[in-house]
Amino acid sequence: MNGFDILAPAILTVITASTPLLFAATGELVTEKSGVLNLGLEGMMLVGAVIAFATASVTGSASLAIVAAAAAGAGMALLFAFLTLTLMANQVATGLALTIFGVGLSALIGADFVGYALKPLPQLDIPGLSQAPIIGPIVFGQDFLVYLSFAALIGVSWFLKRLRGGLILKAVGESHDSAHALGYSVIRIRYLATLFGGAMSGLAGAYLSLSYTPLWTEGMTAGRGWIALALVVFATWRPGRVLLGAYMFGGITILQLHAQGMGIEISSQFMAMLPYLATILVLVLISRDKTKIRLNAPACIGRMFRPAK
Amino acid sequence: MFLRLEPRPQTSVLQVYLSPVLAIGLTLITGLIIFAALGKEPMTALYTYFVLPISDLEGWTELGVKATPLVLIGIGLSLGFRANVWNIGAEGQLTIGALAGGGIAIFNHQSESALLLPAMILAGILGGMAWAAIPAWLKTRFNANEILTSLMLSYVAVLLLSYLVHGPWRDPEGFNFPESRMFPDAGAMPILLDESRLHLGALFALLAVAGAWVVLSKAMIGFQLKVVGAAPAAARHVGFSQNRLVWFSLLAAGGLAGLAGVSEVAGPIGQLTPTISPGYGFTAIIVAFLGRLHPVGVLMAGLVMALTYLGGETAQIEIGLPKAVTGIFQGVLLFYLLACDVLTHYRIRLARSYAKSFEKTPAAGEPAAERSAAE
Repeated sequence: MNGFDILAPAILTVITASTPLLFAATGELVTEKSGVLNLGLEGMMLVGAVIAFATASVTGSASLAIVAAAAAGAGMALLFAFLTLTLMANQVATGLALTIFGVGLSALIGADFVGYALKPLPQLDIPGLSQAPIIGPIVFGQDFLVYLSFAALIGVSWFLKRLRGGLILKAVGESHDSAHALGYSVIRIRYLATLFGGAMSGLAGAYLSLSYTPLWTEGMTAGRGWIALALVVFATWRPGRVLLGAYMFGGITILQLHAQGMGIEISSQFMAMLPYLATILVLVLISRDKTKIRLNAPACIGRMFRPAK
Repeated sequence: MFLRLEPRPQTSVLQVYLSPVLAIGLTLITGLIIFAALGKEPMTALYTYFVLPISDLEGWTELGVKATPLVLIGIGLSLGFRANVWNIGAEGQLTIGALAGGGIAIFNHQSESALLLPAMILAGILGGMAWAAIPAWLKTRFNANEILTSLMLSYVAVLLLSYLVHGPWRDPEGFNFPESRMFPDAGAMPILLDESRLHLGALFALLAVAGAWVVLSKAMIGFQLKVVGAAPAAARHVGFSQNRLVWFSLLAAGGLAGLAGVSEVAGPIGQLTPTISPGYGFTAIIVAFLGRLHPVGVLMAGLVMALTYLGGETAQIEIGLPKAVTGIFQGVLLFYLLACDVLTHYRIRLARSYAKSFEKTPAAGEPAAERSAAE
C-alpha cells in the first residue's frame, strides 16, 4: 500500500466536505459586500437541502433538484430582503428568524422523506482523464456541483474585481449614501446580492442532501451555515481566502473520519467538536486585529439605508 | 406599486405594544392556511393547537412548566439585546448548567442532604455563567463576534453532553441506554402544585422577572444597557464601558440559562439525557423580542411561546400534525413581529413608482429607527 492510496481518498473527502461551505460562503460574501448581513444561512441551506431531496425523489431529476434548491434558497432570501430592505427590520434579528423558520419549514417538508435514500449525483466522467493516476479521480471525477462551486467562486472573484457591476456592488456596500447620490438604486442592488447569496446557500444545501449524504435528516446542515458566516470574516471578505478557508475547514471535518482509521483513541464527540472549536479559533485570530477588520469589512454592513432627499 | 415609508416624528409607543398583538393575530391566520394546506380542518386544528392544551388546570400547569425555561432565558437575553450584545448561545449555556448541576446529583446519588439541591442549582448557575464567559472574554479581549462564538459553543456543549451520557456518566444499571442514573429525591425540584409537574423553577422565573425589572429601572448598569442600545453615541460620549456591559449581559444571560438547564434536569426530566431541551435557548430569542425586551413582556411572551410547544404536542397526538409545525409557528411569529415593528418608526404609504417611493420626507431628522440598526 503506497502513500497515494491513502492520500487520494483523503483529498476526495476534503473536497466533499468543503464544497457546501464554499457555496454558502461565496454567496454570503456577495451579500455582505453589498452591505447586507444575512445570518440566515443555516435556514436557507436546510430549505435548499430538503427541496433538492424532495425534488430529486419525486421527479428523479438531479438537475431539476439543483435548480429547485437554488430557487428555494433565493425564495428564503427574498423574505429576508423584503423584511430588512423594504420594511427596514433589524438584520440580525431577521437573520435569526430566517434560521428558526428554515429549521421548522425543512423539517415539515422533509417529514415524508425521512428514511429514503437517493442515488448520489453522478460523477462527470471524462473518458481517459478520469482514469489518470492520482489526479484523475480528484480533478476529473467530481460531480457537477463541485465544479459549479469553483466556477461560482471564480465568477464572483472576477465580477467583484473586474466588472462594472462588481464595482457598483462594492460601492453600495461601502457607502450607500454616495452610491445613491450617484444614481444607483441601492435597495435594488442589495435585493439582487441577497438573492444571489440565498441561491448559493440553496446549492450548498443541495450538495449536502444530493451528494454528501444522499438522504434527508432534520438539521442535517449541523451548523455549516454558521461556519460559512465565520469563513467570510476569516477571509476578510476576499474570494481567494474564502476558498482557502473552506478547504481548510473541509480538512478539519475529515480529520474526524480518518483519526479513528489511524487508530487514535478519541471519542467521536470530541472529534465532532473540532470544526466548531476551529471556527472560534480562526475568528479570534482574525478579529484580534481590529484595524484589519475595519479596513476590510464593507463599511455599511448591517446598516439600514433610507435615502434622505 | 411600491411601499413608501414615511418616518414618524416620534416613535409610536402605542405601536410598540400593538406589534406583538398584531403579529400573533397574523400568525394565527397563517396557521389556518398551514393547517388547510396540511389537509386538516383549519378551525378544529387551530382549536386543538391553541385552546385545547390549556382547557383545564393540568394544561395551565404544563404551560408553566414549558414557560419556565423560556422566561428564565428570555429575561437574560433581553438584557443583552438592549445593548446590542447578541448572545445566541443560550442553548449551550443551558446544557452546561444542566451538566454542572446534574453532575453533582450523579456523584451524590445516595445523598439525602437538604443541601444537595441548593448545591446543584448553584453549580448550574455557575456552569452557565462560565460557558457564557467564554464569548464575553473572546469579545472583549479579541473582538471576536459573540453571535458566532456563542453559537459554536452551543454545538460543543451538546456534544459534551452526548459524550458524558454515552460514556462516563451513563447509568451503570441502565441497560446501555445513553442516560445518566435518575437523580436522588434530594436532588429533585420541589413541586409547587400537587399532581402537577410545576416546580420551583417557575418561582425562580418570576424572581428573575422582578430582578430584571429592578435592574433596568433602578440600577446604574440597567440604565447603561438602555442608553447603549438607544443612543450609542451618547453612551460613548459619557464613557460607559462597552466591555463592562458585554460581561454583565453575557454573565447574567448565562447564569439564567444555566439555572433553566438545571431546573429542567432536576425538574421534569429527573436525569441527564442526550437531549434536554427542544431548542428553548433559541426560542427564547423570540421570547425576548416578542416581550419587547421588557421583563413583564418577556413573562407574557414566554407563556405564548410555551403554548406553541404545548399545542404542537397536543396537535401531534390528537390530529397527527407533524411536530415541525411548532418551529414554523415560532419562525413566522418572529417574522410578523419584525415586520409589524416597522410601524413603530414609520407610516406606510403606497407609491406609484420606485422613484416616487423615495419622495417627500418630512425634515424630522433621522428617526429612532437608526437605533435598531445592527452596529
